Amino acid sequence: MHELSITQGVVDICESNAGGRRITTVVLEIGRLSGVIPEAVEFCFEACTRGTLLEGARLIIENIPARGKCEDCSCEFDLGSYYEPCPTCGGFRVAILSGEELRVKELEVD
Amino acid sequence: MCTTCGCSPEDMNHEHEHHHDGHDHHHDHSHSHHHDHPAKESLAEKTIAVEADILSKNNRIARENRNMFFRKGVFVLNLVSSPGSGKTTILERTLADLKDKYRFAVIEGDQQTDNDAVRISATGVPVHQVNTGAGCHLDAHMVCHAAEAFDLDGLDVLMIENVGNLVCPAAFDLGEHHKVVVLSVTEGEDKPLKYPAMFHNADVMLLNKVDLLPHVDFDAGKCKEMARRVNPDILIFDVSSKTGEGMEAWYSWLASGTRKG
Repeated sequence: MHELSITQGVVDICESNAGGRRITTVVLEIGRLSGVIPEAVEFCFEACTRGTLLEGARLIIENIPARGKCEDCSCEFDLGSYYEPCPTCGGFRVAILSGEELRVKELEVD
Repeated sequence: MCTTCGCSPEDMNHEHEHHHDGHDHHHDHSHSHHHDHPAKESLAEKTIAVEADILSKNNRIARENRNMFFRKGVFVLNLVSSPGSGKTTILERTLADLKDKYRFAVIEGDQQTDNDAVRISATGVPVHQVNTGAGCHLDAHMVCHAAEAFDLDGLDVLMIENVGNLVCPAAFDLGEHHKVVVLSVTEGEDKPLKYPAMFHNADVMLLNKVDLLPHVDFDAGKCKEMARRVNPDILIFDVSSKTGEGMEAWYSWLASGTRKG
């Protein structure tokens, strides 16, 4: 349940970027390979935001699909996990192009 | 005040703002994109583009830990596994066999109790216990302060035994040189596929309790093949911390990372 620490990190980042204004919406980007479950962040969000500039804010989570590039044949493809082979050559040496994101993208303030 | 994270002692048990007294503050990213530009904001605008990595605070402290360990010449390993795979027994045996050659210290991470620290302490190696309470992993901030318990100038190797958990510790860089994942043959051989992030992020895998292989339905070849699917470069040692089988190869690898070689 490291989503609790992750959500606390979101609160810290939002508060330090809001210039003291109340935050009405926060948009997160969570990659499919990041190891963070969006539903668990949603679950933690209310508890972590209580008494902060984010209290009552709307949480929007954008899921980022995972893409990999085969280091043997340079084929780029969608990944469901860290262990999917290249669909072209079957190789497992895959560079992760996206899917590990864990970012606060933007805020809306009052 | 702590110079790395800016916290005062009473801040230790909760999250807090960090002050950056004259040192650089770079956002760390575990991926290839960079977002070092400041947040775009104007009073008229209600939307603020932030583009900040949520783990940037942990990653910054981890980077400072790593720099400090490099300056002090300490080789640091982060041992991760599910509960019961034998991390503490591997540590006990490794310390008993190598402590006359290298100066060790150990950070023990557990949710509760100092049972493991008591076991390590019996080897004569200095140990510091971190209890994470409800927390399921160690983070860089905890390690930064736990390391204050030791004279790093007098150390060759710092072993960090993480909380037994194959999920959460994968996301938190502590500033170690390598993550070492322990998997025992009494577990499922498909754990590398079930918990891929951990095996993807580890550089070394210790396949422990191999003395039990004749008694369990565990296909070691299949397990290693699965680990290499997740991480083609992972280095695997077959060991038994009980009989000592295979430990020499692990010790040679460990020795190659220390400044004494």
